[in-house]
Amino acid sequence: MLELQNVSLRVQGQSHIDEVSLQLDRGHLNLLLGPTLSGKTTLMRLMAGLERPGSGDILVDGVSVVGTPVQKRNVAMVYQQFINYPTLTVFENIASPLRVARLNAAEVAARVQQAADVLQLNDLLARFPGELSGGQQQRVALARALVKQADLVLLDEPLANLDYKLREELRSELPALFADQGVTLVYATTEPAEALALGGMTACLHEGRVIEYGPTLELFKNPARLQTARSFSDPPLNVMQLGVRNQTFHELLSNVPIDGLSQIYGTVTDGAYHLAIRPHHMNLQPVSDNSLKFTGTTTVTELTGSESYIHFDYGGNPWVALVHGIVAAESGKEMDFYVDPDNLFLFDVEQTLVPMANTRS
Amino acid sequence: MATIELQNIAHQYDPQQGSPYALRNLSEIWQDRGAYALLGPSGCGKTTLLNIISGLLRPSEGRVLFDSVDVTELSPEQRNIAQVFQFPVVYDTLSVAENLAFPLRNRGLPKAQIESRVNEVLAMLDLSDRAESIASRLSADDKQKISLGRGLVRTDVKAVLFDEPLTVIDPHLKWHLRTELKKIHRQFQHTMIYVTHDQTEALTFADKVIVMYEGSVVQIGTPPELFQKPQHTFVGRFIGTPGMNIIKVNLRGNSAMLNDQVITLASSYGLTDGPAELGIRPEYIELSADRGLRAAVVAVEDLGRHLLVRTRVDDQIINVIARNGDSIPEVTRLNFESDKLILFRDSRLVEPRTV
Repeated sequence: MLELQNVSLRVQGQSHIDEVSLQLDRGHLNLLLGPTLSGKTTLMRLMAGLERPGSGDILVDGVSVVGTPVQKRNVAMVYQQFINYPTLTVFENIASPLRVARLNAAEVAARVQQAADVLQLNDLLARFPGELSGGQQQRVALARALVKQADLVLLDEPLANLDYKLREELRSELPALFADQGVTLVYATTEPAEALALGGMTACLHEGRVIEYGPTLELFKNPARLQTARSFSDPPLNVMQLGVRNQTFHELLSNVPIDGLSQIYGTVTDGAYHLAIRPHHMNLQPVSDNSLKFTGTTTVTELTGSESYIHFDYGGNPWVALVHGIVAAESGKEMDFYVDPDNLFLFDVEQTLVPMANTRS
Repeated sequence: MATIELQNIAHQYDPQQGSPYALRNLSEIWQDRGAYALLGPSGCGKTTLLNIISGLLRPSEGRVLFDSVDVTELSPEQRNIAQVFQFPVVYDTLSVAENLAFPLRNRGLPKAQIESRVNEVLAMLDLSDRAESIASRLSADDKQKISLGRGLVRTDVKAVLFDEPLTVIDPHLKWHLRTELKKIHRQFQHTMIYVTHDQTEALTFADKVIVMYEGSVVQIGTPPELFQKPQHTFVGRFIGTPGMNIIKVNLRGNSAMLNDQVITLASSYGLTDGPAELGIRPEYIELSADRGLRAAVVAVEDLGRHLLVRTRVDDQIINVIARNGDSIPEVTRLNFESDKLILFRDSRLVEPRTV
């Protein structure tokens, strides 16, 4: 188990990692999900020993490793930009950590062969990295991490530079690759779809802090924090600012009352709130008798094959609805969008979820 | 703005050495003011084609015409186009505003005109508050915004060409920038050509998507056409997440046979009996208790918005998208929406004779 205890790192007076505490177990995937500059790479460098925390402790199976240099730790790291030795063959690239460890030739051959089998690199072992496609090169980098049989494997957006379709394939293979090795596996991504496809456990990162940690699907379905809901939304989450006065909900800026919310949320303290709705929960027709209606002005419509993204302005907020079918909405048109109350998220001024009245104990 | 015409374009990087064709015989006309996307996996020739259009690369065969004028021998500057690349191209020592003004100063535009156009682009890209910041101090995302801005700042260009401009951008910012691009396109009606391997980007950006595979164009179509009626099994698989199910069958008259199971086709295709492929999207299959193909459920993945159910019929895997909350049995039947079912032979779409 890898444990981070109140780890912080400041660089030139700026906070990069802020009081991060995490316990990452072996045997399942641990995801770091967050936008660029949220601290994913820095956190991985701290875990690897490439960076020393300013304060806090990092323990492996209960023993602090903060003083141990990266060479003395058994760590493998794969980066977004695939890194291979250009003058070495694919075989030697994969074998390189084993050569460093001075394994005998027979064992090197056996382990390289095994990794090449898993990553389908058998036909490419005699080639040089320059002769390979991006996807093949990244598979070589992954194979090198695999043969090393490291205790800790850190994958920093390993699929980000690959073709979309190839990503889909590797995504489904990756967790299984390291599963039998009993390693602690950490995987950084900016993409919610990737996190959901990979499963495992997720730490949502924002501005160097861990916002929430838990089973990936659970965090997606029941975010306790606004930032978690944001990180898991693609397209971006629709958010508006609300004010509550004497149990009446109204739009904070325009003061326009929003009907229906007081029935759902019951008694809440006066003050400022955020109402959040996922794009795929906005419908063009009412979904239930008590659906809430939001009227906006369309800006841009984007079509995929079977769905449409309707971008619209809602009280000055850029919102988007993801609806089934091909809906070519003209821009500048007023449109009604309906949301089932079950699909609303209300967060207080601290950005913590406010439970619905009927679920409150 | 210009209509772009490609006449018998083909390209080998090293014809003397007999190197393979990166691009095979291609003739296309792309309309003035259109938004086009070139979509395909790496190595399909999409960047080669873009570079031929921009003038960075001279094709080993064929001609390129802008508004019926042959520009094959002209440089990118002479062709009067703007380009945006995958990685930011900015002058680090200049401010954001100066970076955007640069292409306009080069054309000798009056100062007032430059200023108003730069302000417009700054606002478009949410950079107004950083107009005076030195570019080197900005984040990678902001630098890429400047690159986009420099591509869009001139209104007199023949075309704006984008080579994977959003690949290295944060997902949320990607949405914002893409919708801005669409607004800009509507406003200024540039002819835009956009290269990407990301189907969502291609489908949402373009009026017409050009799907490429191994140096050839396999289909040109609107996003719904590519989704509903892929001309080639490659397009079916490439578009959609996951892609279209391509099921090997044995065709006998109007019956598609999978060993002992039969799917009766609603249309007649006029094909001889023999091997063929059925195409059906995971979105258009329903798990049913009593109708359709018998299948075993291999895996269920909860992707948040919906479930992805992987099923097996004989030795073929068929993906199904099911709703959250649906209970998934171990053995099921797969009911295909019959009007969404299409037929391929030798990987090519076969149109029905009667509907």
